[in-house]
Amino acid sequence: MSKFIPHLGGSRRRFIRNAGATVALASTGLSMPHIAQAAGTVKIGLIHPATGWAAYPAAQLRYGAQMAIADINAAGGIKSMGGAQIEALLGDSQTKPEIGAAEVEKMNEAGVHALQGCYQSAVGLAASAAAAKYNIPFSVDVGVSDKLVDRGLSNVFRMADGYGRIARDASAYLGEINAAAGSPAKTVVIVHEESEFGTGTAKLLTPALAERGLTVVDTIKHANPTRNFDNIALRIKSAKPDIIMPINYPGEYVLLAKTLRQQRVDFMTSYSVLGGGFNFKFIDDMPEIAENMIDVNHWYDPRSASGQAMRKRTEADGKYFTFEVYCAYMSIMLLADGFERAGSTDKDAVNAALASSTLEVDFMPYDKTEMVNGQNMGSRAVAIQAQNGDCQVVAPSAYASAKAVFPRA
Amino acid sequence: MFSASLSMLPAAITNGLMYGAIYALVALGLTLIYGVLHIINFAHGAMLMLALYAAFFLFHLFGIDPYLAILIVTPAAFVFGYVIYRWGVGKLSGGRDQNILLITLGLSIIIENGALFFFTGDQQTVSLSYSYEAVDLGFVFLSYPKIISFFASLLICLLLWALMTKTDLGRAIRAVAKQREGARLVGIDVENIFAITFGIGIACLGAAGCMLLPIFYVDPYTGNIFVVIAFTIVVLGGMGSIVGALLGGFIIGITESVGGLLLGESLGQIGISLIFILILILKPTGLFGSKV
Repeated sequence: MSKFIPHLGGSRRRFIRNAGATVALASTGLSMPHIAQAAGTVKIGLIHPATGWAAYPAAQLRYGAQMAIADINAAGGIKSMGGAQIEALLGDSQTKPEIGAAEVEKMNEAGVHALQGCYQSAVGLAASAAAAKYNIPFSVDVGVSDKLVDRGLSNVFRMADGYGRIARDASAYLGEINAAAGSPAKTVVIVHEESEFGTGTAKLLTPALAERGLTVVDTIKHANPTRNFDNIALRIKSAKPDIIMPINYPGEYVLLAKTLRQQRVDFMTSYSVLGGGFNFKFIDDMPEIAENMIDVNHWYDPRSASGQAMRKRTEADGKYFTFEVYCAYMSIMLLADGFERAGSTDKDAVNAALASSTLEVDFMPYDKTEMVNGQNMGSRAVAIQAQNGDCQVVAPSAYASAKAVFPRA
Repeated sequence: MFSASLSMLPAAITNGLMYGAIYALVALGLTLIYGVLHIINFAHGAMLMLALYAAFFLFHLFGIDPYLAILIVTPAAFVFGYVIYRWGVGKLSGGRDQNILLITLGLSIIIENGALFFFTGDQQTVSLSYSYEAVDLGFVFLSYPKIISFFASLLICLLLWALMTKTDLGRAIRAVAKQREGARLVGIDVENIFAITFGIGIACLGAAGCMLLPIFYVDPYTGNIFVVIAFTIVVLGGMGSIVGALLGGFIIGITESVGGLLLGESLGQIGISLIFILILILKPTGLFGSKV
């Protein structure tokens, strides 16, 4: 698995640089505690909604993060720190921002060196702000709000895209797919959940879609949870859109999809953006409904050998290879690389190393990591479509594993 | 937009009625347990979740249709409820309200975390051969599962009403609810009646779980989605009233549906809270008082 952990191997130049930095810091007398920890452990706090409605994605995130930690430790740990092993501290945000922030306080007391979390943008905003008080390096796994990295906090880093770039890319991919089919789609209805994730994404999509010649004829917000989607289905039906664009979490995503079928709503395709419920399980559970539905999301590169290997490994563990697994994996890789290049647990040094990351994550359709204000500019979401019981990347064409079926058959 | 919403009003009311019947069933157990035993069962949502899982596993492992599973899950839920009260809640609480509160709250935490451990947090759904078959009323499609759930809920409410008003057991339950010591003096085994009533309340959840599964999903926290609704219905209909629970279910179902249509699905939920507050101010005993 060491192929998943680039830049962790030592080199003469890096050794000299780290040794020089260590000597320089030691001479100040300020970094002794970090040096004392160097051969010990690096503590990374994983804050996820382990209990509550998001317990499933949280379990997937933990699985991915712990897989990465196990791989890094098995490959010799943080080599520049004498093979320091990574230890995971587990925190439960219970889906609540205030609990997420409280977990940061607890982990700080426990001497955590870095944090990873928190699935929901709203929780990530609160937790990363709490971490900023102590300058603790914070790696976002899948929180998509751009506010996470737009606040000028020097301790927050995100490997995967935020909703600003995803909204732009999703619109571009839909434009491509529509144009390839002779532009049959003209109108869109957006259905989004009411928190930061859904509302923020929906707001950005409307003008971005207009640039592609697509008009948003209705935008419907719903609560979490929503027990009954019948009214929404009827409202969509009366708007007669060509495309339905759901932006919501797993439970509501699946209920909406079922209700659209029950209410006989006719549309060209469901084109979700960061659709929480669109995954291999959904395709297995409801193949008829899922077939030819499209989602724009974080997705592994199915053409890469390492991506395929990680999928096989995950499935061998009896789990679905959802985006949470590899997003959490690479966000731990990012932190490990930061510690490796910093050569210590000094927070300033690790944050500086993370800000200059140049990781190559070969299992994702990414370019080399380039951090701008904590956001990796080398990342991208892709459009995936359920086809014949599997998932295929259908846009952008550079990473496509199949041609889009649009309008759906 | 508003006129378009008005044209969908009949559909919204119909959908509200469909869901209202199931909400009533969830509330029925709560109202019975509160009305007779004066126990606020904080584990109500967790027990509903268990019923949903029971129906799910019967379908998943043995292919038993959730509606047929009612015949298995409902009696099993009764036994579960009876045992939990007889050798758990009743014995450990010593009859003190604060103990009961802590025990049911603790039970809820144990059940939910146990479910998380054993079943994982994954959301499970079932697809039946008739899941997407529907009756076209012109203004709305009513799926077979919703229609079946609606009539089954009505039937169960009717059966429970008959049990409470026409049988000796029902009379004994009502006697215990009205005058515990008096009932004991005329030879009624009060502790047994308490356990039976708790069992019946949980049996209602068993039936509700079977009816919810085809139209909803289950995960370890699904029960909580319905429990606030159930508490509102109990207050609205009147503690311990079966007719009140049914009517309250319909009112809440329609309020949720029409509120969502007119105010938006996000803001529409306010209607439920408004009804709850208004009832507390105007008629604290609920629409049907505290008759049992």
